[in-house]
Amino acid sequence: MRHALLIAARDLRERARDRTLHVLAIVLPLGLAGIFTLILGDISGDSPMFTFAVADSDGGVVATTFTGEVLERAAASGAIRLRTAASEQEARTLVGDGTATAAFLLPEGLTEAVRTGGAARIEVVGNVDAPTGTDIARSLAQAYADRLLAIRTAVAATVRSGVPTPPAELASAAAAALPQAAVVEDTTGRRQLDAKTQYAAGMAVFFLFFAVQPGVTGLLDERRDGTLARLLAAPVRRTSILAGKLLTGVVVGLVSTALLVVASSVLMGARWGHPAGVALLVVAGVLAATGAMAVVAAIARTSEQAGGWQAITAIVLGALGGAFFPVSQAGGVLDAISLVSPHRWFLRGLADLAGGDVAAVLPPVAVLSFFAALTGGLALLLFRKVVRP
Amino acid sequence: MAVLSCSGLKRRFGDVPAVDDVSFTIAEGETYGLLGPNGAGKTTTISMVTGVLERDAGEVVVEGIAMSTRATAAKRLVGYVPQELALYPDLTGRENLRFFASLYGAGRKRVDHVLDVVGLAERADDLAREYSGGMKRRLNVAIGLLHEPRLLVLDEPTAGVDPQSRNQIIENVRALAAQGVAILYTTHYMEEAERLCDRVGIIDSGRLVAEGARRELVERLGERDRISLRLDGDLAHATSALGAMRDVQAVAAHGTGLELVVGDASECLPAVLSAISAAGNVVRSVEVTEPDLETVFLHLTGKALRE
Ligand SMILES: Nc1ncnc2c1ncn2[C@@H]1O[C@H](COP(=O)(O)OP(=O)(O)OP(=O)(O)O)[C@@H](O)[C@H]1O
Ligand SMILES: [Mg+2]
Repeated sequence: MRHALLIAARDLRERARDRTLHVLAIVLPLGLAGIFTLILGDISGDSPMFTFAVADSDGGVVATTFTGEVLERAAASGAIRLRTAASEQEARTLVGDGTATAAFLLPEGLTEAVRTGGAARIEVVGNVDAPTGTDIARSLAQAYADRLLAIRTAVAATVRSGVPTPPAELASAAAAALPQAAVVEDTTGRRQLDAKTQYAAGMAVFFLFFAVQPGVTGLLDERRDGTLARLLAAPVRRTSILAGKLLTGVVVGLVSTALLVVASSVLMGARWGHPAGVALLVVAGVLAATGAMAVVAAIARTSEQAGGWQAITAIVLGALGGAFFPVSQAGGVLDAISLVSPHRWFLRGLADLAGGDVAAVLPPVAVLSFFAALTGGLALLLFRKVVRP
Repeated sequence: MAVLSCSGLKRRFGDVPAVDDVSFTIAEGETYGLLGPNGAGKTTTISMVTGVLERDAGEVVVEGIAMSTRATAAKRLVGYVPQELALYPDLTGRENLRFFASLYGAGRKRVDHVLDVVGLAERADDLAREYSGGMKRRLNVAIGLLHEPRLLVLDEPTAGVDPQSRNQIIENVRALAAQGVAILYTTHYMEEAERLCDRVGIIDSGRLVAEGARRELVERLGERDRISLRLDGDLAHATSALGAMRDVQAVAAHGTGLELVVGDASECLPAVLSAISAAGNVVRSVEVTEPDLETVFLHLTGKALRE
């Protein structure tokens, strides 16, 4: 391990003198994010509006409470726009033609089902092109179902205690079971990144893939420059050489992303979210970027070839993952494919962080870590042919 | 006990047997020269000796420790100066040395000492990319000396170097040999081999075709002379015409020159000269020399050392 650190430290000393890397890793992403914010910031606005349709085929108290208390209140606060559809069919059409982002279908017998101990099934139909809006709709419905369940459990407990209970007490038990803060405000308003943060994060993760590149292609450079033979002749384990190279990529990635987070916050007013969540995402994202670029480098013959392929990979994954514009607007297939892009998980993690607590980043962090482990392992395997001539 | 002993080294690249059954040993304080034309297998041999390259067969033992690509203990005993300059151009000379010193666990004192030895102390804090060719070569050598190796392996350390840097490098090598370091040295410069090497091995097409002290090899050659010619015009005709002559035992062209090995120069020189003018070339100069290492080389490989 000491050797890996020595090798990485030497690499970093050299990289610190590399002007191109400074430009690529820091100046360019910051500049582009700033420009995007200037040009596009106003169009997207800071609080995007979603239109939700609702079709109430139930008409019972469970359904009207949802539309009246949850949806209409959210609409009144300006967080969403609400359209009432006469039928499920109409609601689906509204979603289908893009008039609504998502629709809530409150099925016939919903109130009856809840009253007899069944689950509150509120179906959410989402527009495939707008997964964020659909996510919000789904979490609204889920929050409501959770509240119903909480009330029912509290009431059931009181009733089962055997003592005849006056309705007023039942009501207060039910009220006590409810979370005090309204779920609606918590969920809707911030479940998406504001435009500045979106651009800053998009550019940061896009250029991150270029920032880690010199580290991972370093091995090919050393082979070309003959210094690899020297490392191989030194009393250094070959895995240490590989580990040193990957480590260089990770450190450059971490430093440049950290600088970008700070700089975009200070200079552009980007709001990245809770530092712990951001840190987790950045670390996982850097590992994933290093792994992906290392695999490409390991397949290439020369560092020039690697550079070309890596640029293509970074651009494709970046575009796919929504680093430039939200892919969710591009259609279903693309949206599904975009799940392979670490960029997408990084950005989703930030959005989740904005909408929830730090724990919300854990699923995207897990995906990114898995991606990193997979590509990192593969890269080590492929690189063996370089260090074992 | 030999510091280095190699036996039965083999390595092929695809269909090319780059090294084919090479064995030799080097004693403490001995300088062993590996001579061979381009592509003979010198670098491949050295790469196996230093544990850089996997071998197909054979053994390498350094001071009783088996060498392999994973043998870190054996690698500690070996200093390696690669044929191609192997430096980090964006680091200074001192930083280059410090990095490699750290890999071997050598201290900063050694770095300063080695900078002195190769005469780079004054330029130690300049970037290596700003060094002249000769200075780069000296730094390349210096890295191999850092950890006071028992065996120093130098692969053409003076290629393309000014006489001053070359002398410095040769003097460094001599001084190390005098301290008991075993040295494996390859070169294309015959006078370097004559000056430095206690013994030479001549390698051609991956095989060691002769080995011994310079004098032994020359004596083994018997009564032979070498004729060096400088000619005008295309040498192809002359080369094949001379090659066909019975008295000419070996012929090799390099640039505008021709090297011949003949039995007795005074007897066959007239025939050689008339064959050359028949081939349409004009002779610019002729030189007949006593047999030397170059003659041995030419005789054994049919190739000039420098092409
Ligand atoms: N990595 C490699 N892949 C394929 N062939 C190789 C490789 N390295 C060497 N060879 C081949 O092996 C043979 C011996 O090469 P080697 O480099 O050992 O020669 P050399 O004696 O060092 O030559 P030179 O004096 O030009 O340095 C050559 O035919 C060369 O083309
Ligand atoms: Mg060579």
